[in-house]
Amino acid sequence: MRIDQNQLAAARDGSEKLVPTPGQTIGPFFGYASGYENVHIPFRDGQHLVNPASPKAVRLTGTVYDGAGDPIPDAMIEIWQADENGQIPQETGSLVRDGWTFTGWGRATADNVGTYTFSTVNPGPTEEGKAPFIHVVVFARGLMNKLHTRIYLPEDTVALEKDALLSSVEADRRQTLIAEREADGTLRFDIHLQGEQETVFLQFPGIEYPVHD
Amino acid sequence: MSNDITENTGPVVEDDETFDNSHVLDPAATQDSQETISAEIKDIHDSASGETQPRVNFPPYRSSLLRHPTKDMHHTDPETIELWSPAFGHRDVHTLESDLTVQGNGEPLGERMVVRGRVLDGDGRPVRNQLVEIWQANASGRYVHKRDQHPAPLDPNFTGVGRTITDDKGFYEFTTIKPAPYPWKNHHNAWRPAHIHFSLFGTDFTQRMITQMYFPGDPLFSLDPIYQSITDQKARDRLVATYDHNVSTHEWNTGYYWDIVLTGSNRTWMEGDTDAH
Ligand SMILES: [Fe+2]
Repeated sequence: MRIDQNQLAAARDGSEKLVPTPGQTIGPFFGYASGYENVHIPFRDGQHLVNPASPKAVRLTGTVYDGAGDPIPDAMIEIWQADENGQIPQETGSLVRDGWTFTGWGRATADNVGTYTFSTVNPGPTEEGKAPFIHVVVFARGLMNKLHTRIYLPEDTVALEKDALLSSVEADRRQTLIAEREADGTLRFDIHLQGEQETVFLQFPGIEYPVHD
Repeated sequence: MSNDITENTGPVVEDDETFDNSHVLDPAATQDSQETISAEIKDIHDSASGETQPRVNFPPYRSSLLRHPTKDMHHTDPETIELWSPAFGHRDVHTLESDLTVQGNGEPLGERMVVRGRVLDGDGRPVRNQLVEIWQANASGRYVHKRDQHPAPLDPNFTGVGRTITDDKGFYEFTTIKPAPYPWKNHHNAWRPAHIHFSLFGTDFTQRMITQMYFPGDPLFSLDPIYQSITDQKARDRLVATYDHNVSTHEWNTGYYWDIVLTGSNRTWMEGDTDAH
């Protein structure tokens, strides 16, 4: 559709907001893990926010599951995060990585067994005492609209305890937002779209997720 | 086979004998009739009103059954990183990537078309210097993708993927080939209306979205559970481009126009952040 001048004027003077364009599923054909990085929306090194060979590189990995507990091979995951000092990156170059610039954003596709993997850094706290987290958005075939969530780092238990969002989540679901740290430094974060262990998904102001009872 | 496809060799579907195709045969694929699916769509629409986004739980789209959250979404305000978006620019995207008809050694087959429009936020502010990505089937309804089993021809001169960066007024523009409808396995004799997939970023990461643009008057609209997962006609219309003769050019391309509105920005805008007001 076309937004006409009257609608635009009303939106700009604050009398009537524009209604957002609906989302749709990413479908099955957005790309896959190998071979076509230059002709599909997953791109070469999309999952490598830092070179995996870098001494500061942290592996962030997990599996995306459906409501039957089966892995989802056709999901696409994006992350967006602060750097290790808690600074929010505003550098271009995510799509053509130069190996030195940390852009804070990455895109990975789930593989045949539903597993995604990023090479990144541990985000620092954006304010003193704030629990550091990585923001995540999930797309998949069969999933009609995007889903947002957060991956909290598990270490700063005092900050996690004080975190406003975590405190507002039911205690038995809070753990779905906190990554596990493995012995080699790997962060593991599984995503359950549905079921017993369903991940807590975030709804920000301005978007509707219609529910039918 | 090398993964380093930097030569302009055109689309090739990998002959990979170890490829596990168990997930191609979607367990959600059914032999249900179109009548069954259409009746389910009608039932849901009859009891809905005024929705602006698709339902994540939309049973006529069989694959949605096990892939939607059933617990309540957690309402929250964005914080820190969520109030910002990654930055993209001309370092990321070459100007030629917005023209999907020049990626091969020759001209792709089909109807050459341009689609143009703006990316706006809920307050009518243009979203500037942001990444817009598209991907689509070719003029025969075939994707360059090994999971696409539709026996329609690939076009050696068409990959169906493009990128651009919005200009100062929020405009994007792609030159491409009009995609054809294609069959899928949701139910017996299921066909998707012709569409172009769009991926969008805003000024906050909470605005990140992926959607599909459709063409006016498509006879498949009423039959398609993906399009109909948006239960309100006014909302569905927001996904349909208009034919625009001012975008068509003499003896070269037909033209379509489509504006995209992202969910309102949650950031507190400062004087000077925008000249939209
Ligand atoms: Fe498609």
